[in-house]
Amino acid sequence: MSNHFPEMSTHSPEHQAYLRKVRQEKIKVRVTQVLILAAALGLWEICARTQIVDPFITSQPSRIVKTMITLHQEGVLLHHIMVTCLETIVGFTLGTILGTLIAIILWWSEFISKVAEPYLVVLNSLPKIALGPIFIVWIGAGPAAIIVMTLAISLIVTILEVLNGFLSIDQEKIKLVYTFGGTKLQVMTKVLLPASFPTIVNALKINVGLSWVGVIVGEFLVSKAGLGYLIVYGGQVFKLDLVMTSVFILGILAALMYQGVVLFEKWIVKKGN
Amino acid sequence: MRKVVELHNLGMTYQSLNGEIKALEKIDLEVYEGEFISIVGPSGCGKSTLLSIISGLLSPTEGKVFVDGEEVKGTSRKIGYMLQKDHLFEWRTIMQNILLGLEIQKAVTPDAIAYTEHLLQTYGLYEFRHKYPSQLSGGMRQRAALIRTLVTKPELLLLDEAFSALDYQTRLAVNEDIYAIIKKEHKTAIMVTHDIAESISMADRVVVLSKRPGTIKKILPIEVNCERRTPLKTREMPEFQSYFQSIWKELDIHV
Repeated sequence: MSNHFPEMSTHSPEHQAYLRKVRQEKIKVRVTQVLILAAALGLWEICARTQIVDPFITSQPSRIVKTMITLHQEGVLLHHIMVTCLETIVGFTLGTILGTLIAIILWWSEFISKVAEPYLVVLNSLPKIALGPIFIVWIGAGPAAIIVMTLAISLIVTILEVLNGFLSIDQEKIKLVYTFGGTKLQVMTKVLLPASFPTIVNALKINVGLSWVGVIVGEFLVSKAGLGYLIVYGGQVFKLDLVMTSVFILGILAALMYQGVVLFEKWIVKKGN
Repeated sequence: MRKVVELHNLGMTYQSLNGEIKALEKIDLEVYEGEFISIVGPSGCGKSTLLSIISGLLSPTEGKVFVDGEEVKGTSRKIGYMLQKDHLFEWRTIMQNILLGLEIQKAVTPDAIAYTEHLLQTYGLYEFRHKYPSQLSGGMRQRAALIRTLVTKPELLLLDEAFSALDYQTRLAVNEDIYAIIKKEHKTAIMVTHDIAESISMADRVVVLSKRPGTIKKILPIEVNCERRTPLKTREMPEFQSYFQSIWKELDIHV
């Protein structure tokens, strides 16, 4: 995009001042964000140490760090993290691929799409967690049931999101392919999929969050390992340190995975250019 | 002169839940090689439907269409279609956009690429071939869209309100531009427009359609007495006003 505005100059002192202002604004936001986090953690720690709140119930930052170190020394921390991450990534990938495929089928055949509509509406509004016990009975209490739970939560949303993206593509772009004698398959590969790329990435972003929901719920119900398991176990034996530690790790992992999708998007866009 | 397009007693009726809509009725028209035909008519008279039928995207409910002596059944490589907007794909470079038609027809050969580069050079887009559509002006985009159509070497060009998305000044310039290209490449063209002045400025004959169901009300040959005719020159000719008046009268527009 270098010559988009060839008449733009970047050397005037006014422009330099403007850039400085933008930079300062950015730094101000960042510093405030860090301060809020530090203040919250500090307040939490102080309140717990001075017994204003009961650290047995609220835990406290230093205990979370200690728990993390203990778990690591016991050699189980990475195992639990890996189990949960693996389940999430598998569920997330399957949900996105299957959802996109089903959306393609629904776009391809108006008949199937009309037939499927009421089912999709019902499945979309049904709280998928209610299906948990069914999955456990059918599939067994293991990682497979957890992944199916994840799929149940993310699949329908993916289908609807991607299908909506397909249907919002300018009909004239599709007509263009037909004027060159193109087939429906060519409409799909030349227009539908590339034009829906932003929608699909958006679905990915939504799916990251939903997959974590699915995996944690699944682990609540059945698992013997994973962060969800640690949270449930910690709650049952009243080890709030364990619960807080797991939630803390979960937050970091979810943020990392979201950033991963953002990086993936940037990478694809860059590769496309 | 060779006939490129023949329309015989063409009719089109759309079905809908609320009943039938007759869009076109008894259209007879012959278009000769190298000719530029403009079709004007009140909105909703079936102008665009007519183009879709000639291109083979739609089949008529009555009558027949022949292009180059062959009956039209489905889309054909002999025909290039230009839509209202340029519809360049923003995820493709100009070169990739221009090759779209050839890609679809699985005809990306070294010869075709050489021809494409030749057209890009002739029409001033060669330096921009690796740019993205958003980096080009409206007029350049329209030119790229025309080249995208030309590289498939159609004999007949259909222009469906191809300039109506442009602002007035750009539009005049693009008219000039596209007209020159079409004449230079010796293409036959049918253009649908709702702009009377535009229709006169470019056409050898103007076809006036009636209100729905669209029938041919009048075919007006445009004869301009000047050397090296261009759309802008035509607009300045003394005959222009009288052509405008007579088409305006035929259109019979009341508000």
